Amino acid sequence: MSTTEPLDGRAETLAEPWDDLEVRPLRAQGPRVVTAIVPKGSIAGSSLTAVAAIMTFLAALTAGAVMMVIGAASDWRSDVGREVTIQVRPVAGRDLDADVRKAVEIARAAPGITDVRAFTKEESARLVQPWLGSGLNLDELPIPRMIVVKLWSGPPPDFAALGKTLSEQVPGASLDDHRRWIDRMRDMAGAAAAAGLAILALVLAVTVLSVTFATRGAMATNRPIIEVLHYVGATDGFVASQFQRHFLILGFKGGAIGGGAAIILFGVLQAMNAWLTGTAGGDEFEALFGSISIGMSGYLAILGLIVLMALVTAWASRYTVRRTLDSID
Amino acid sequence: MILFENVGLRYGLGSEILRDLSFRIDSHSFQFLTGPSGAGKTSLLRMMFLSQRPTRGLITMFDEDTATLSKDARATLRRRIGIVFQDFRLLDHMTTYENVSLPLRVIGKEEAEYRTEVVELLQWVGLGERIDALPPILSGGEKQRAAIARAVIARPQLLLADEPTGNVDPNLGQRLLRLFIELHKSGTAIVIATHDIALMDDYDARRLVLHEGRLHVYD
Repeated sequence: MSTTEPLDGRAETLAEPWDDLEVRPLRAQGPRVVTAIVPKGSIAGSSLTAVAAIMTFLAALTAGAVMMVIGAASDWRSDVGREVTIQVRPVAGRDLDADVRKAVEIARAAPGITDVRAFTKEESARLVQPWLGSGLNLDELPIPRMIVVKLWSGPPPDFAALGKTLSEQVPGASLDDHRRWIDRMRDMAGAAAAAGLAILALVLAVTVLSVTFATRGAMATNRPIIEVLHYVGATDGFVASQFQRHFLILGFKGGAIGGGAAIILFGVLQAMNAWLTGTAGGDEFEALFGSISIGMSGYLAILGLIVLMALVTAWASRYTVRRTLDSID
Repeated sequence: MILFENVGLRYGLGSEILRDLSFRIDSHSFQFLTGPSGAGKTSLLRMMFLSQRPTRGLITMFDEDTATLSKDARATLRRRIGIVFQDFRLLDHMTTYENVSLPLRVIGKEEAEYRTEVVELLQWVGLGERIDALPPILSGGEKQRAAIARAVIARPQLLLADEPTGNVDPNLGQRLLRLFIELHKSGTAIVIATHDIALMDDYDARRLVLHEGRLHVYD
């Protein structure tokens, strides 16, 4: 007979059904490390982390690239849109310098203009230097003179009236308001931004879907655990919270790996960009594509993606647990 | 404790596999549930365990109409019932100790609170030496004892066992029966679903016999 009373309170002394076995005394029982209810380190879990990492990386690259395109497009528009140019060509029998002064006066008098600056003869010569070389006697060449007119940020001035006045009073002058160029630029920048946003939306959708399905795949191997927890009296909320916590961590881990890699990549590109600034290639590149920097908002967007990954895996696991429990009951 | 009144069960649009079941399981009672394979023993056990809803009739458990219970209330009620599955359903990534303590863990008990209790129960079912073993290395009999220990660790008022001797040799079957008899003596109501005639002949108890969808009770 054993004096053990596993059901004490209601028990008498229970007979030991295994009393003929040699039972050695148990070793001293200290606190035990309790294994997590949801097993860690399963192959399905690692695959889910890998999928989340790769998709976060791709989505972060897309988000960064789209933000750079949108930033560059808006820079182009605003830079070009804030300036117009007056070109004064030499006309036989007229004093070019006087014509330039006259054009500057006319431009200054027009409303909506903040600054007018005429290029000097030397500056104009420098503009053509790359094509004609140095050391020429520029007085003999009929080089047009440029006047840069800066506009205010309000509604654009009446370019038609200004152009008309200029051509009437200064025969060699013409106004280039870059209108056609700006319109094209605006269309192109708008199209690039829209296409970028559409691609980003698609990448995000694919990311969420693939991570959802990877989570459900990983959950499929856990059905026996859900059933056992249900049978031993766990509430649905308890079962769901166990899986939710586990998958939140898996998703966060995957997101952090992918998002972290993207942040490092953008950081390296930004550093290279800073290093190349001032070199001919670097300046050309920057003029065309803007600066290789996703800015604070870009880094915040990547952090947002990491959080999104964790939330998606947690939500998908919770949803799958609920579905499984509904099918058991 | 459990009262079935005119309970019927069908799956989908098929004919009823269980018809007009009316019976009672009393506290501190011991009964075998038997019948040929496919007679619906497991379905009936599942209804007693609140994991299968009847298509008609009334099931009252612990004075509660089970049809009106919320999901959480059903989970709470299920804690008063222990169940032993024919295929054990132990979690392979957890040790014997952890498997057995699972019902206490899901109700929020800390490890320090239940340690002694679980160790003593494991010793009592003869698994004292296998406390840290994972289920895949346990024998069939050891797995069954671990499953029984898990079913009774939270001191249920009713213990349901589905073919507990189905996967073990006759000698071990006898030992398991002794285990159930001892648990019954301690105050737990027992329902053992089995088609093992020899097992039932070893212990004189009430028999619930399922035949062609109906239940016949032999007190």
